[in-house]
Order: sequence, then C-alpha cells, then structure tokens
Amino acid sequence: MAKEREKPGAFHQIDENLKRVYEEALVQDVPDRFAHLLAQLREKGPQK
Amino acid sequence: MTGAQAVPDGMRDPRDELPDHLPALRAFAISLTRNVSVADDLVQDTIVKAWTNFDKFTVGTNLRAWLFTILRNTFYSDKRKTRREVSDPEGAHAATLFVKPDHDGRMAFAEFSAAFDKLTPEHREVLILVGASGFSYEEAAEMMGVAVGTVKSRANRARTRLAELLHLADGEQVFSGVDGATMAVMSRSGVNAA
Repeated sequence: MAKEREKPGAFHQIDENLKRVYEEALVQDVPDRFAHLLAQLREKGPQK
Repeated sequence: MTGAQAVPDGMRDPRDELPDHLPALRAFAISLTRNVSVADDLVQDTIVKAWTNFDKFTVGTNLRAWLFTILRNTFYSDKRKTRREVSDPEGAHAATLFVKPDHDGRMAFAEFSAAFDKLTPEHREVLILVGASGFSYEEAAEMMGVAVGTVKSRANRARTRLAELLHLADGEQVFSGVDGATMAVMSRSGVNAA
C-alpha cells in the first residue's frame, strides 16, 4: 500500500486543528428535536 | 474501518442504529455549513430521507458513510436550489467552546477556525472526511462520487489553501509533492528558518 508520507509541520498542525473542529462539534448534545423526529417516524411505521 | 467483527450478532436494524450516528452526522453538518441551525435542518432532512430509503441500504455495510452521503448530497442540492451561500461563522462559533490559544507558537485555534470558515464547502468537506472523521480516501471518494485521486488532490489543495490563509510557514521543510507556486507562496510569507 502507499506508504505514509511524513507530514510536514504545517500540514500536521492543520490536521490536528481539523480534528479539533470536528470533535468540538461532535461532543455537543444532539438537540431533542431529533429524538422526537425519530419517534414520529417510528410511529408512522416502516415505509414500503 | 471495515471490521466485520464490529457488526453485532444478528445485524442491527439500521433504524435502531441511526441514533448512534447522530452526533457524527451533526458534526459533519456543522463542519460543512458552519452554522448550527442550518446544520440541524440539514440533519433533519437527512434523517427523513434515510428513513424513507432504508430499503436501499445494505445491512452490514457502513451506515455512517451512507448517512454522510445523503447529508452531503442534500447539502449540495439545496445549495444549487437556493443559489446562495449560507455561511454564518458566528453561529457556529457561538455554539462551540472558546479555546484559549496555545502559547508555544502553535497556531491558535480561533485563527484556524476563521480560516476554515473561509474555505469552500468542497474543501471543508474533503478535509473533514479524510482529515478528521476517520474515513479512508476510498470511502471519501465513494461518498463524494469522485475518483480516489481527486480526493487526494482536493485534500492537498484544501490544506495548502488553509496554510496560505494562516500564513503558515514555520521554517520547517515545507511540503513535498506540492507545486512550485505553492512553495513560492509559502516562502514569500515565510520567516527565516530558525
């Protein structure tokens, strides 16, 4: 397989920060509206 | 990534599994739109579409990738329809924790976020998929509907663009495999090597 190229300092810092952008969004509480939505969809029963 | 062992006995109904993927789906939406309320509407549309299309989902394949694909397709088709850029970095930032910049000369996170906001959605997308959310280039290619080589070159261009926006040239040997123009930009904005 393609061997992992060594990451230059700048790109490495960018990737660390990208993970942080994503993880900060990831740890937020998911709003209740989605649980309600899923409950509604379940009530309607399986779609054909 | 493709661990068959990760699939629980009897293979769960994707309807039961969907809630497990909501935080990631929402994080992807926020990364793409940079606006929490727009992101939540996008997640809502994605859930409804997924629900009505679960018969098209192959149980045992990657549900998260399938959901991400619906979300990004919805995002781009909405964007085509409305033909207006919806970007409200403040909205996204207001909902994220403020993080103090590091004091050791590493790039400040707030500065990074501002630069990330300035990227095109296509660049944000590829960087989040391959740089942050742990998908392989192959998976990202499938989700984005492009060749693996396109994902790699787009990701490199996006990283290079970010580096430009951040005036990043830390004196280290900069990029290998990047074109001369980029090198010129990098050294122009650069400081002397320490």
